[in-house]
Amino acid sequence: MTRIGRWIGSHLVLTGGLLVLLYMYIPNIIVAIMSFNDSSGARNLYAFQKFTWDNWLNPCKPDNLCSSVVTSIEIGLLATLGATVIGTFAAFGLVRHRFRGRTAMNLVLFLPMATPEIVMGSSLLALFVAAGLGGQLGFWTILLAHIMFCISFVVVTVKSRLAGLDGNLEQAAADLYANEWQTFWKVTFPLVFPGILAAALLAFSLSFDDFIITNLNSGQTVTFPMYVWGASQRGVPMQVNVIGTLMFIVALAAVIIGELGARRRRKAIASR
Amino acid sequence: MIATARKRTGYLLILPAAVWLAIFFVVPFYSLLATSLFDPEGSVLTGYDVTWHFANYWDALSEYGTVMLRSLWYAAIATFFCLILGYLLSYAIAFKAGRWKTVMLVLVIAPFFTSFLIRTLAWKMILADDGFVVNALQAVHFLGDDGRLLATPVAVVAGLTYNFLPFMILPLYTSLEKMDPKLNEAAADLYANPFTRFWKVTWPLSLPGVVGGTLLTFIPAAGDYINAELLGSPNERMVGNVIQSLFTTQGNYALAGALSVSLMVIIVTMVLVYVRRAGTEELL
Repeated sequence: MTRIGRWIGSHLVLTGGLLVLLYMYIPNIIVAIMSFNDSSGARNLYAFQKFTWDNWLNPCKPDNLCSSVVTSIEIGLLATLGATVIGTFAAFGLVRHRFRGRTAMNLVLFLPMATPEIVMGSSLLALFVAAGLGGQLGFWTILLAHIMFCISFVVVTVKSRLAGLDGNLEQAAADLYANEWQTFWKVTFPLVFPGILAAALLAFSLSFDDFIITNLNSGQTVTFPMYVWGASQRGVPMQVNVIGTLMFIVALAAVIIGELGARRRRKAIASR
Repeated sequence: MIATARKRTGYLLILPAAVWLAIFFVVPFYSLLATSLFDPEGSVLTGYDVTWHFANYWDALSEYGTVMLRSLWYAAIATFFCLILGYLLSYAIAFKAGRWKTVMLVLVIAPFFTSFLIRTLAWKMILADDGFVVNALQAVHFLGDDGRLLATPVAVVAGLTYNFLPFMILPLYTSLEKMDPKLNEAAADLYANPFTRFWKVTWPLSLPGVVGGTLLTFIPAAGDYINAELLGSPNERMVGNVIQSLFTTQGNYALAGALSVSLMVIIVTMVLVYVRRAGTEELL
């Protein structure tokens, strides 16, 4: 009896967990369904009217939609590049080197993650206005802000990868007469690379999806989230759901390909 | 000699991050503080003067005190629900998923690649007045015939819970994953029932994750205004909505700055008290 009870108990937790997971997908499912909705001539934009392929065939039909996606991708790529380079340097500095001010630096890196976006966004706006840049808000101010809040997340991700690194491997390389530079490029960097890649992916998705900070510092520039926000006041074109579903598919594919690649590499190393 | 060189490399490596954060994170706080003490008579066109106008704080809190309390209250309820849902899922992944662990972790993160604005708009659709959920709740008389979910506190808190759930799951999972399952077996050998085992072994060991997760959920939730704007009505306005509109549409920088600084001070105070009570200072 107790064994049956325990069996049900353990599967109860798993079932509950799967239900929570399902709950997290409800909006994605709705978005995917609505991407096939023909909303032309409909008064109620929040109900499924008629099936159509049109939205998928003409995703750029609504004015400014695709240009806002392009803007977001440009900012996202530049912010990812900037934050990943700056953040990876900082992670190496913090894990591999001992110096005064390390604790303070750790605190300063932690704070952006613990500050409400509205506070960060409004203080940046206060700075830009005080610096006389109030009229020049746009692409560049958004980029500066995005790099700022992505750095902390990159540092945390790369740091955890570096901290979990087996120091013996570098020691072994040194024993085999590799100099510091060779050890770094042949041993350390390849081992840390997955962490850097994960950090870059995180930075891109944070930048691409940011709304609160961007909205305060964007001037006339329209990123994709700002387009969606503006459209939500009038009625969102169904093509937005296409973009949303597409992003989901592309990101998932990237993660799966990355995971498969890592698995194959592990197997290759194991069979050597 | 080598030690000094390494020290210098360390400084060089963190220099870009330190400079960037100093200019675009630390200095802006100073600007915000200065803004909050502006003479409220100024405007973007005529310029502002720092007149040490502390009355801005009094004005902000007397006018928007209820909004501030409401934000903290909504964020607290959402954090509570996130903790329950997040704990269930992280526990299932850490201990019950077996070889599906990685797959389930990826599945937790995947939905968030669709822009959160789009997903929140999807909730608006789900909770809409003629929607399936409202009709079902009306059929079982949980809601009155003209009862609704959209534009109620329920919708806003549900939206906050949904949007910040992954911020709860990841730290919780990390601390549960580190736990040695043998500890639980040992407790079972000592005749502890499942309930006692959870409260005396699993829960205390997961506390760092609980504290980390609740902070990462509560802080952004308290400052959020997307959910209140899209799923609520003016009656559910949160402090983020007020700061945003004071800055962008009303151009009242002084009041917005004071409100923003107040939010930050309240949150930092709450976090410090909370972390100390939970006995997990080393997290900071």
